[in-house]
Amino acid sequence: MSMLGQWRQTLWLQRPGSLWADALARLMRNRAAMLACVLLLLLVVLVCAGPLLSPWDAEIPDWDNASMPPDLSSKHWFGTDAIGRDLFVRVLEGGRVSLLVALLATIVSLVIGVSYGAIAGYFGGRLDAMMMRMVDILYALPFLFFVILLIVIFQRNILLIFIAIGAINWLDMARIVRGQTLSLRNRPFVHAAEAIGVQSKYIISRHIVPNLLGVVVVYATLTIPQIILMESFLSFLGLGVQEPATSWGALVSDGAQEMQTAPWSLLFPGMFLVVTLFCFNFIGDGLRDALDPREHL
Amino acid sequence: MLRYAIERLLTAIPTLLLLITLAFFLIRLAPGGPFDSERVLSPEIEQNLNQLYHLDESLPVQYFRYMGQILRLDFGPSFQYRDWTVNQLIMQGFPVSLTIGGFALLGGLILGVLIGLLAALRQNTWPDYTLMSLAMAGLSIPAFVLAPLLVLLFAVKFGWLPAGGWEWHWQYMLLPIITLGMPLVAYVARLTRASMIEVMRSAFIRTARAKGLPMWLIVLRHALKPSLLPVVSYLGPAAAAIIAGSVVIEKIFTVPGLGTYFVQGALNRDYTLVLGVVIFYGMLIILFNLLVDLLYAWMDPQIRLNNRIRH
Repeated sequence: MSMLGQWRQTLWLQRPGSLWADALARLMRNRAAMLACVLLLLLVVLVCAGPLLSPWDAEIPDWDNASMPPDLSSKHWFGTDAIGRDLFVRVLEGGRVSLLVALLATIVSLVIGVSYGAIAGYFGGRLDAMMMRMVDILYALPFLFFVILLIVIFQRNILLIFIAIGAINWLDMARIVRGQTLSLRNRPFVHAAEAIGVQSKYIISRHIVPNLLGVVVVYATLTIPQIILMESFLSFLGLGVQEPATSWGALVSDGAQEMQTAPWSLLFPGMFLVVTLFCFNFIGDGLRDALDPREHL
Repeated sequence: MLRYAIERLLTAIPTLLLLITLAFFLIRLAPGGPFDSERVLSPEIEQNLNQLYHLDESLPVQYFRYMGQILRLDFGPSFQYRDWTVNQLIMQGFPVSLTIGGFALLGGLILGVLIGLLAALRQNTWPDYTLMSLAMAGLSIPAFVLAPLLVLLFAVKFGWLPAGGWEWHWQYMLLPIITLGMPLVAYVARLTRASMIEVMRSAFIRTARAKGLPMWLIVLRHALKPSLLPVVSYLGPAAAAIIAGSVVIEKIFTVPGLGTYFVQGALNRDYTLVLGVVIFYGMLIILFNLLVDLLYAWMDPQIRLNNRIRH
């Protein structure tokens, strides 16, 4: 069966009462998570299409209206910043950067974490012990400090920085995936595949990994907000996204400096950031409860 | 137990070596040198400076020299703060960071555990929902959004607390500690609630109930210790998070802690300072993790008796 077919079968084409159908039903009953899904969808649409609605440009200042509070008549819906750039457009542009960068870093951490964990878990034994000891050692390193070191090295090239963040942030994923793989590898379908002589790499990619989808989805949903937070944190320190590009963290940082005279410049980006983090956290929680009905975090 | 302790201690050593090695070579990969930003130096002076700081030697020689220094706990002179050694800078900044971080960690733990217990014992009632919603808010509102808002409220509007700066006085410590500790409270509360609920469902609690013990005694004598295990194993990452968080908090409240020095050092390519701080904090985290592991082993009979780690 093709890879696609395998995934599709795991995801959709299953009888009611299957793991996924049940999980979906449980998720639908979780009002907080559903609300968060809708809100997040709206947010993504707004971030993508919103700048088209406004007559203003993110980078061209409106010199006559610097530090202006939100105002409908001039179409500065969120006001302007200290040099007259429209905040509505900048908040949405910043959101695009924050979300994209988080997605990218999450995918990187996903790919590394899943392959590392699946390999360690599937082969087991000494290889597993060695690989997991490596993870233990990396766990003990001060993560943020290494990210800052990498930023110094990569000269604030935003793309490289976030690939680097993803490349460092795979440890949790590897641990979780390994644990799952350990239990999967003794299931009959894996034994069957081994018995008919399927190569290890195909067993991992076609039989183990598709069955890890549940934990991976849950954990990815919880990784995205972590990385959004990390990006904002770095941009806030002046180490992340650089002018004229912007992100929610950079905007919050600018806003915090002018909050006494222009509180809206802190409130709007802060609000978008917090709402997004809320949504991801609620969805992640909801998915976890849905896929694993035991009481969890 | 002793074997377990020795085993843990032995894994701390390669971690430490890896930490120092990675940090050392990473910072050397960075383009630009520590003397770039100043006015152009004549070649002789630059050569003398390089010689003074041993930057003219080959990388492996520098590496082993640095290793030797670290073993003597000597982080060398700072490149940017002339006449200061990195040790002096650390001694200057660390007590401040330790005060804020220590109180945030301690306060966050105590408050988080109390909230988690309360929510677990009132599971699925309104106090539970309220507390857990608050915890979700605590996780979702980043410190650098909360901190300016608190400053706006308590410093600018009411004028009760200073907006930033540092004196050894509780008024200067309060806001940094609250903003630093808040995510920890939220996380620990969620952890404690989840594990307490699980423990309360286990067989030995049912037995205790069947014997007719009062609820408070069951919680204190039987349920508390096992349900604190996940919190204890979270202590290591918590300390690391507090240290990372302190970097941002110190910037917002202009606190002269170690994090401030670190960010400055990273921006100025102050090799020795950045390395010093990374290694210092790395050692601290490794040491802390070691203590936490021992505490965990002492609390968890499965490790104490079997000498095995559960995964």
